[in-house]
Amino acid sequence: MHPFHDVAIVGVHNTAQARRLESHDNESINLEGALGAIADAGVPLSEIDAVIGEFAQELVLALRLGPCIRLPWRLGIPLVLEAADLIASGRANVVLVAAGGAALYRERSAVAPWTRPSHELVVGYGLFTAAEFALMARRHMLMHGTTPEQLATVAATIRNNGHVNPEAVYHGRGPFTPADILDSRMVADPFHLLDCAMTSEGGCGLVLARADRARDLPHDPVWVLGGTSESYGPAYQVAPVWDMRGGRSDVPAGYVGRTAAQHSFRTAGLGPADVDVAELYDPFSFEIIRQLEAFGFCSDGEGGPFVEEGHIGPEGRLPVTTDGGTMAFSHPGINAQQLQRVIRAVQQMRGECATGQVEGAEVALCSNGGSGALFTDVLLVGRERP
Amino acid sequence: MLQPQARGIPVPTPSAMSAPYWEASRRGELVYLRCDDCGTIALRPARVCGSCLGRSLSWVTSAGRGRLYSWTVVWRPQHPSFVVPYAPAIVELDEGWWMMSAVVGCDPEDLHADMALTVEFHAASDEIVLPYFAPLVDAESV
Repeated sequence: MHPFHDVAIVGVHNTAQARRLESHDNESINLEGALGAIADAGVPLSEIDAVIGEFAQELVLALRLGPCIRLPWRLGIPLVLEAADLIASGRANVVLVAAGGAALYRERSAVAPWTRPSHELVVGYGLFTAAEFALMARRHMLMHGTTPEQLATVAATIRNNGHVNPEAVYHGRGPFTPADILDSRMVADPFHLLDCAMTSEGGCGLVLARADRARDLPHDPVWVLGGTSESYGPAYQVAPVWDMRGGRSDVPAGYVGRTAAQHSFRTAGLGPADVDVAELYDPFSFEIIRQLEAFGFCSDGEGGPFVEEGHIGPEGRLPVTTDGGTMAFSHPGINAQQLQRVIRAVQQMRGECATGQVEGAEVALCSNGGSGALFTDVLLVGRERP
Repeated sequence: MLQPQARGIPVPTPSAMSAPYWEASRRGELVYLRCDDCGTIALRPARVCGSCLGRSLSWVTSAGRGRLYSWTVVWRPQHPSFVVPYAPAIVELDEGWWMMSAVVGCDPEDLHADMALTVEFHAASDEIVLPYFAPLVDAESV
């Protein structure tokens, strides 16, 4: 029996996403994300017996959910996997997951506060997320000849997905060509401004339910086919070295996520060729190229040519990050944008995306994290019950 | 020309574990932590060797020479106290360990893979001296 045979994703929701949501703070936008997901699922509050997310305890109180499991965690895909495990192990029947960020970053003379590492071994060198990830990207460019134009092709593709998406923060900002990306100002070489995620505000939520409960809910269930997460150590404390290895494997830190993807595919009984759409986490353009290689969509060093040949576009072999991702859809800070990869994958499986719908898509892979932060999470979802 | 940052940037707060590293830096020495038993080098201060679980680790002085493993050139500063451009870099030291630093003493366009580098020290505050790396000019290249 598949470990998630009885686990269905039955509700998803994104609140309005914007550069600023003036009337909101972190807790209030979490609540809106939660309420939207509950409404989408069509379950009564009295059936929710677990809440996962940064404001889990506040949600238990605000929605009078007690007595209720609460896991006040700030992660992305691992929250969805925990929800699946709660149901699979019989500890919960209906699990609410919520996240969101607002009023986190309004002093813009410095880069966003959560991107500035304070660890003593790195703080004096002016690092921030873009610089950390650039150190991984540079290494790949040196090893494989990956080019700034290939990076720019990724950014243009994902930004154009957001350009046509009315729900994206940067709706209507394009269209972009790779040359437009290369013409934007340099932030941390090789990353231009438009190679990087934006910052924004917004909330989101998901509801997972036991399969028997999912049967008479408004939406067709979307199934968890597999997934796990992995790390090579704490983010932003030591140098992000591509060739760093742990004692368990020869896979270098540059390919963090490879082992997790292999595990996820094994659980699902699927392989990379079975994936119809990839909702890849896109903090920086290069990360897409790295993930295509790490997850087995192409061989090592072939990620650059793969994107150059047009395979990740809306008409390509593997459409990627179809709502515009953190570059154009939204990036509300700590973890909502990670859950938003899963939400988009669920919308793709339902066939309800107003733009960028991959026709007939049956299987989606989602990811979170990135090499510069030394962690990657992977989740496979699909239309067919495992 | 890439320069060390002036005083006023965010500086490290040494811990009991890392104090020997920062004290050495003030003396103009680069040190690293090595397991007495198996020789594994720790990438940050540690009480236990991650390879053999030995508890005897010693600070060893590095020759301060290495190669440029990876780098970036930053034009949008992390914080307004940093002067751009600056070049955070991963240096692969000759003793076989990696450290985070920044390259100074050359132009950004001169940075290249495996560039030979040597450590130099610049004060970031009254208490903190930061190790930076500059191009190594040896007899052969002069």
